Amino acid sequence: MANTYTAIATVTVGSGGAASIEFSSIPATYTDLQLLVSIREETSATSVAFIKFNNTTANRSERYLQGNGSTAVSGTTAVLQFIACAPTDTANTFGNASIYIPNYAGSNYKSVSSDSVSENNATGAFSRLVAGLWSDTSAINQITITTDTGDVAQYSTATLYGIKNS
Amino acid sequence: MTHKLIVDCSTGVTTEVELTAEEIAQREADAAAFAEIKAAEEAAAQAKADAKASAEAKLAALGLTADEIAALN
Repeated sequence: MANTYTAIATVTVGSGGAASIEFSSIPATYTDLQLLVSIREETSATSVAFIKFNNTTANRSERYLQGNGSTAVSGTTAVLQFIACAPTDTANTFGNASIYIPNYAGSNYKSVSSDSVSENNATGAFSRLVAGLWSDTSAINQITITTDTGDVAQYSTATLYGIKNS
Repeated sequence: MTHKLIVDCSTGVTTEVELTAEEIAQREADAAAFAEIKAAEEAAAQAKADAKASAEAKLAALGLTADEIAALN
């Protein structure tokens, strides 16, 4: 990995899970952010997780392309969504997501791209590509990861990287 | 679960914080909103699958073989 990557912070969910993972007080000293997530849901079975910025669910949108190996779907939503493993998936497996946010501290709207999979080691597994947008001119100083109705399971991890262009 | 994990990027310290009533309510609202989105997605996917099956049945009725129909996909 290029030496312009700096691991700002990392977290591993402990026993009992957590309702969400939140990175706060993100410094504005980088050009881009990358969030790498390994995640499993504890109580929900929908295989999805979400990100929101600065503690608001407003002004999010995405176009996605998702496949499960036999069929593919595409569409738009008013959230920013990525794949997680569900409790019904193979035990001890976790979804895997890479989320990239360029120019996060600028004053334009914030584009977001993500590439995520459920690594289920079974016939049912998903891959999802997202072109997202947070239509807000605020600098991003907080990122929250949640699932839809369930909790984030123990041993899920998230690491936030800051990227500088020099 | 009633707590969230907060990582303060300025210090690297992770803390467990209890959800407020407002956050719990927001979480439930988010879940309801997502359920609506998911239902709409599933309905759209089902409609597309139904249309495809219907079209394939009509093509078969016209005399196309399964291989010929598959070649159109």
